[in-house]
Amino acid sequence: MNKTKDFDIKKFLLDHAIIVILLLMALYVGITKDNFFTWNNFSNVSINTATRFVIALGVSGCLITKGTDLSAGRMVGLGACIAGTLLQKADYSDKFFKGLGDVPVIAGLLAAVIVCAIFGMINGLVISFFQVPPFIATLGMQTVVYGICLVYTGASPLGGFKKSFTNVASGKLFGIIPYFFIIAFVVGICMWFLYNYTRHGKYMYAIGGNESAAEVSGVNVKKAKIIIYTLAGALYALGGFMYAAKAGGATVNAGQGYELEAIAACTIGGVSTNGGVGKVSGILVGVLVFELLKVSMQFLGIDTSFQYIVQGLVIIVAVALDLRKYLAKK
Amino acid sequence: MAGEYMLELRGICKSFPGVKALDNVSLKVRPGTVHALMGENGAGKSTLMKCLFGIYKMDAGEIIYQGQKVTIVNADDALHKGIAMVHQELQPIPERSIAENIFCGRYPMKKVGPFSVVDHKKMYEDADRLLKEVRMPYDPKAKLGTLSISQMQSVEIAKAVSMDAKVVIMDEPTSSLTDNEVEALFRIINDLRDKGVSIIYISHKMDEILRISDDVTIMRDGQYVGTWEAKDLTTDMIIAKMVGRELTNVYPPKDNVPGEVILEVKDLTSILPKSFKNVNLTLRKGEILGLGGLVGAQRTELMEAIFGIRHIASGEIIYKGKPLKIKRPQDAIRNGIGLITEDRRGTGIFGVLSIADNVGIASLDKYVDMGVKLNLKKIEKLVQENVAKLSIKTPSSKTLIQSLSGGNQQKVIISRWLANDPDILIMDEPTRGIDVGAKYEIYQIMIELAKQGKAIVMISSEMAELIGMSDRIVVMCDGRVTGEVAGEEATQENIMHYATQFN
Repeated sequence: MNKTKDFDIKKFLLDHAIIVILLLMALYVGITKDNFFTWNNFSNVSINTATRFVIALGVSGCLITKGTDLSAGRMVGLGACIAGTLLQKADYSDKFFKGLGDVPVIAGLLAAVIVCAIFGMINGLVISFFQVPPFIATLGMQTVVYGICLVYTGASPLGGFKKSFTNVASGKLFGIIPYFFIIAFVVGICMWFLYNYTRHGKYMYAIGGNESAAEVSGVNVKKAKIIIYTLAGALYALGGFMYAAKAGGATVNAGQGYELEAIAACTIGGVSTNGGVGKVSGILVGVLVFELLKVSMQFLGIDTSFQYIVQGLVIIVAVALDLRKYLAKK
Repeated sequence: MAGEYMLELRGICKSFPGVKALDNVSLKVRPGTVHALMGENGAGKSTLMKCLFGIYKMDAGEIIYQGQKVTIVNADDALHKGIAMVHQELQPIPERSIAENIFCGRYPMKKVGPFSVVDHKKMYEDADRLLKEVRMPYDPKAKLGTLSISQMQSVEIAKAVSMDAKVVIMDEPTSSLTDNEVEALFRIINDLRDKGVSIIYISHKMDEILRISDDVTIMRDGQYVGTWEAKDLTTDMIIAKMVGRELTNVYPPKDNVPGEVILEVKDLTSILPKSFKNVNLTLRKGEILGLGGLVGAQRTELMEAIFGIRHIASGEIIYKGKPLKIKRPQDAIRNGIGLITEDRRGTGIFGVLSIADNVGIASLDKYVDMGVKLNLKKIEKLVQENVAKLSIKTPSSKTLIQSLSGGNQQKVIISRWLANDPDILIMDEPTRGIDVGAKYEIYQIMIELAKQGKAIVMISSEMAELIGMSDRIVVMCDGRVTGEVAGEEATQENIMHYATQFN
């Protein structure tokens, strides 16, 4: 019994290998390049992290229940476009809805959230009632959502956003704390509460841990999954809203590939693709580390094409390392 | 042909942590005979076969095949040596043709230019010939999935024949066959025997054994009892040899008193054709009801239907005097019924979760403040109480359940249901894979619960446990209730008698 309490440095390093390697890399970049450890860069990384954190939290519920959500990125795009079309300046020449009056920012957000939550709910229904594997169901939904986004926007890029909309990204509470921080913080706290202090959270971990046992224990597995995928959709919409506010514009390609980044961040942060394991704090670390990887590569001047290759490899290695923990036990 | 025997297993021993599964077991199979291997559930028949096939590594003993000492590393190796197994649960590829199933992994090949490709013409011709040999003139191109279970079994046998097998092992081959299909199988077996093939036939069905086999080997508690010629045996003799042991396990004194009827099951029939049918049962408060029978008697299925995991076609459940409709486990739990499943790892524990989470999962509704927030302190208190009450040995309530021993895991699952304060607790093989000390503790818990007026249903394949713990024992066979014994009548012979009432 006492043996397990001993701190095993080798095991710790192996279990957190990716985080350690990526942090060392960031440290290296910070020492060798100017401007890396600067307030400007820090602020830039953390603003990016806020958006990705919200999206990763959406995916995390799916992963914890041994599912996945490949429609995340396209839903971010749809959320960005819905918010974008509704929150343009009244006098913008290329306005999407010509006659549209002034829409409050919160209404634009709500519209995006509701639409994406509905698509998320469809994911959940398909996965629960038709037993379609989440991988396939959400891969299909990815294309469906993209198509709908194309139809909706006519593929035209959106710009000319209201000041009060872009202000969400650039503004700061009391001139100090960026609004994005507050959004990410509030969402993070809500999810932490949901995961740790509610029945839904306990059911979610139980389903991921052993779905058959959860059913025997009286857990309404279908309902829990539908809630998870619906909530995920809502969070993607919020992520899309933040994306558009920061970029000051949106196209149908917004959010492309974000699902993989989110899954990678979760896995790096200790959410197991084997189900039943994952913490909100871990997800935050995972997102942060993945953003550091990206920005480090930019500072190192690595070609964008190669950045893709590295990101993809990191995702595969992260999952392989995670599964290694379980392989060893057999 | 060297030697008197085709296959000889000598002095096989195999231990698992805490259990001696096989203790110096022998089996001698003569060429061209049907050799029945018999024993109760858990007597070690399957373990012995797994040792033969190299699935388990035996601790001691040797295998003599055709007069030579051999080492078999896996099932494939065995097949190539000429020892084939027709599994209890077939593992076919239903979407491929019969011929492909027979030749899977060793397709006849031919050369086309520089490439080696599958010779389909030869494969179908060979398959056609093999199928005729097992009296199944089917189109070898037909999909395997279109066949019935017995026909698939014949295909498996054809596969064994194609490998030129000298020994064919059949594990409960008739468990899902109709009478006509059994006859067809027996004809194939006789054909094989006439060709000099030895057949090891594992079954519980006495009449079949006496009809088809030449020799009978009986095992009990992992030990070799003896081998006899079938013509010298009767059903009663076999039963006596299978169960002939003293009750060695010790059970706590039983001082619970059964009270009024709490549950009545009337004419319950499964939606599945090969499951329980027309089952009638009563269960009393404060009673421990044993449910006996052989593997496949549909006891688990019956209890899972009462709990709402499986579905019923007809029949009624009267609970506390009123009809109760249970469609899902939630309905059962809400009404105060709990189920501890047989497969602890598969449907019991949440391995990656803590003990606290494992205990709390079925009763979270009771610990909600303000409609949302779980009162984790109260849950922790509940867990601590249970850890103390059931003496669960664990460093803390945050420990992952997968790091506990089987007995402690089982106690955690019992705690899960106690947290719901159930009126009925169904325990399916509650002491399977649990060491002796923890078994005794679980028996004590069961008696304590019964004394509190809870009704307990215990499914057990251990006769001694059934007799030692139950106030009444209902015996099932083939999906039907075939008998009920209590008190003096609750003997191993009587239970075995009812458990083998096949139609």
